This record gives sequence, C-alpha cells and structure tokens, in this order.
Amino acid sequence: MTIAVLLKQVPDTTAKITVSNGRVDENAVSKWSFSPYDEYALEAALQLKESMGGELVAITAGPARCEKLLRDAAAVGADNLVHISAENINDFDSTQMQKLLAAAVEKSGSSVVFCGKQAADTNSGSTGPGVAELIGASCITMVSEVISDSGGYLATRPSSSGHEKVAVSAPCVFAFDKGVVEMRRPNVRGIMMAKKKPIETWSIEELGLDLGTSGISIDSHSPPAEKPPGQKFEGADSVSTVVGKLRDEANVI
Amino acid sequence: MQCTVIAETVGDSLHPITSQLIGAASSLGASPIVVVPGGIGSEEAASIDGVSKVVSVVGDCFSTFDGGAWATALSPQCNGVIITGATSNGREVAARIAAKRGVPIIQDVTGLSDGITITRPIYSGKAVETTTVSGDCVITLRANAFDSAGSGGSAAVNVVDQSVDVSIAVKEAINKATERLDVSEADIIISGGRGIGQKENFSHLEEVADIIGAAVGASRAVVDEWGMPHSMQVGQTGKTVTPSLYIAVGISGAIQHLAGMRSSKYIVAINKDPEAPIFGVADYGIVATWEDAVPALKAALSSL
Repeated sequence: MTIAVLLKQVPDTTAKITVSNGRVDENAVSKWSFSPYDEYALEAALQLKESMGGELVAITAGPARCEKLLRDAAAVGADNLVHISAENINDFDSTQMQKLLAAAVEKSGSSVVFCGKQAADTNSGSTGPGVAELIGASCITMVSEVISDSGGYLATRPSSSGHEKVAVSAPCVFAFDKGVVEMRRPNVRGIMMAKKKPIETWSIEELGLDLGTSGISIDSHSPPAEKPPGQKFEGADSVSTVVGKLRDEANVI
Repeated sequence: MQCTVIAETVGDSLHPITSQLIGAASSLGASPIVVVPGGIGSEEAASIDGVSKVVSVVGDCFSTFDGGAWATALSPQCNGVIITGATSNGREVAARIAAKRGVPIIQDVTGLSDGITITRPIYSGKAVETTTVSGDCVITLRANAFDSAGSGGSAAVNVVDQSVDVSIAVKEAINKATERLDVSEADIIISGGRGIGQKENFSHLEEVADIIGAAVGASRAVVDEWGMPHSMQVGQTGKTVTPSLYIAVGISGAIQHLAGMRSSKYIVAINKDPEAPIFGVADYGIVATWEDAVPALKAALSSL
C-alpha cells in the first residue's frame, strides 16, 4: 500500500512577513519550514506505515527551494520523494492547485492521503477536501489521530460534544489538525540517507495537465491595518477603570 | 447576481453566522437562495430579511457529518456565487462543492465588495490579500466579520429529499471533560499564558469567565508545556478568534499568538512587563501582575 503525504513549504511561523510593491516579499522571508499541520500529518502517516507496512511518498509543489522540505521528510522516514515543479504556485487558484496535487496522488498510486488541515500561508483548508473530491475519495478533516482498523481506518476528529472516532475505507484523505504526537526528530543516519535519496521531479506537462487560467486575480497584498494605539494603565487599581470603559466606551460587557 | 447561501446549523437551530452570510450576500445586491442542510432551522431562515427562497434539503446523510456526501446532496440546489461560513464544517463542504463544480474557492473572507472584490487575511493575519473573481465561485466568510441581516422576511420553503451515501461511520463518541464554551464560539474570551505561573491558576480565569459568560483560551506555550487541551489554544497553530472582547492575562504576545486574536473587536492585556508585545495590539493595557489584577477584575465584573 502507498500512503501519500502532501507537504507545503511556507514561511516559518516566527518569520516576519513584509510587503513590497503590493506583494508579500518571499525574498525577505528569513526561514522556510513545513507548514505546522503538515508535520502532524507526516508523523501520523509514518506511524500508520510502521503499523501496517507499505510505502510513504512525500509530495510537494513549488519552486526549487522545496527540495529541502522533501529531504527533511526523507530524514524522518519518507520512502519516496516527489517534487511537482512549479515556479509560482501562489498564482494558481484552488482549482488548479488541487488538479495538480490530485494528478500527482494518482500517479503515485496512493489510496490514502495525509495532509494538514490548512497551510500556514493561505490559511484556507481547501486542499484536503478538494483533492478528495477530484480523486473520488472520502475525506475527514480536523483529524488528530488515525489507526488501521479491520481493513479500514479509524480517525479521531472533534464533534459538537467533544471528539469522535469515525470509520472510513480507502480511498480517503485525512486533513490533520494538531495531532497527538509531534513530528519526530531525524537521527544522523536518517539525515545521511536523505541526502542520497533521489527526488522525482514531475512537471505540469508530465502530469498531462492543462490547468487553464486562474479564475481569480490577486489585486494586491497589504500589511494588516494598523490599530490606533490603545490606552495603557499602571497597576491593578486601574482594573475597575478599564472595566468601566469596557462597559461605557466599548459596550462589550 | 445569483447567489446561494448554505446555512450553518448548531444543535436544532440556525447558527448565528447564517444571518451574517445572508447580510453579506445582500450587501452585494443579491437576494440569496438559502440552502439548509438537513432542514434544520428552515422556517427561521425564511424569516430573515432579503432571502428569496429557502431550500430545505433533507435526507439520512445529514445525521453524520461527511463533507463529501453533504456536498453531493447540496450542490445541485446551489447557483451562482455560493457562500458558506468559514467554520470547520462549512470550509470542508465549500471546498468539496467548489471542486465538484470546477470553480475557485476563497476561504475565510473578511471583506466583500461589488464585482466581486474580496479581502481576506493571509499568513495568519500578518498580511491582507485583495482578489477579484470573475464568474462563479465559492466563498466562505469569517464569523463576526459581516453584519447580520435583519428579520421580517417571509420566503417560501421548498423541501427537497436528497438521499446520498455516507462513507463515514461514527464508531465512538468521546465527551469533553468540561461543558465550557468553546473559544471559537465565544463572544468574550479570557486567555492565560505562561505568565500565570502554573496550570492550576487557570481556575482563577475560569472564575472570571463564569461571571461574564466567557470562554477560556490559552497560549501555545501553556498548551504544550502544561498539557492544557489543544481546543483552548489561540494562535497560528490553534484557533483564530474574533470575539467582541479578548482578555489576555500573562501572555507576552508572540507573533503566532497575535495572529490568532488580533482581529478581536476589543483587546485587554494584563501583563507585568510593560514592554510585552501584547500591549501593541491592546485597546486597554494594564501593567500589573496577574495575582493583583485578576482578583480586581473579578470584583469589578461582579459589581456591574
């Protein structure tokens, strides 16, 4: 069995985002990392593979810098690495991005797909369910744990009263929230092996895709609106003043 | 412009965001069709101002949440620009409907204007993106970002029976330990961070929360280090919240935390360090220890 993990390289959550000429300046990003939810997905996929055998293929789309992400995934245990070469994935709309990833999942022969519930840059959460729709799979989102169970899978997700365990069969997509276990750290042997691991690079043409044109156009990026400076008070004696202001100025209590 | 709103329900009534979705559709000049999954709250939807028609979609598939099945059942009733709430279920159904119809989706929208021009936060609020869509699309709207439509409408309700196979079966329900309000649902949130010393001190924040009907949130540091439930975590790898009032106690204000709460309507920060970054986003900052400020807060709120 082949398990696919969809990974996205994003600016590290500690990185400052700067805007120049109406676009987020990627050259100013100090550090690129796994999108945090993808790390939980990768760890859960590794554990599932360890419990039932099979192969794990790590798939990412983006420019050349994304190869580092695949090496990092290999260092913790990904068996095969696929880089969908695309210079500026930010110009794709959701339809185009999902077509690309769905084609790669199908080409990899995977019947189970792990991904993060949303990426830390676009914050959308469309990829997991969208890819599931295109490959005709079930999808469970906000997952924190997946185990194999009587030929299928048992996934834990939130419910209105707490959590629930739901059963699902392949083909299926699991979109991960923060999981139960943090991503393992690579050991030296893993890092050495990862350096030698071949990366398969697939172009959009090789995937046999005609992505058409994007249905949306990005007009601009801008920094978040500056908040006017607030009022600052010293000492706990001011608490009652602030509570009064919350009632009379802000009308929120 | 043709526009369809997919209602969001909670328990056996409409979720308040539904009225905001209708308000947003009306602001674009549309008289939306409202599609109600499972038929819950159809009459209520029909009474909201600006609604042209309610389609109540009923079927066994609505007893379990399966985004794929729901999308299959709801999509045939939708037309034009499709709007849902940017809740976890709303986002999933919306993404599947968009993929099914081959139209783009834009999630977590905070501003809409004619045309359609859409604004939304990206990089967890560290930047804002403005996009223009031509043609049909699916958009999900952030809770509390749009004004609710009024009531007084009297749209017709059509009932459609739509049977669809569900591919997910609930095997086991695990109830949460407390009946506390969830941070993503709350209008007031009081959150604690490392500055409150230890896990046990959250009981003081819970007492404040009980007085004003607030939810209790937490920073990533205390979720990871003290084992607080992840459901409480506000920030980039937790929940993004937009309550009317957010009270941060002993939270320094790491960039990832600010990303999750900076669009709250009013922010109160209590921190003993006058240089803490949280004061940069606070409407009302109080430089004090939590040991002094929280009892004072309790007393002041009790006497309102």
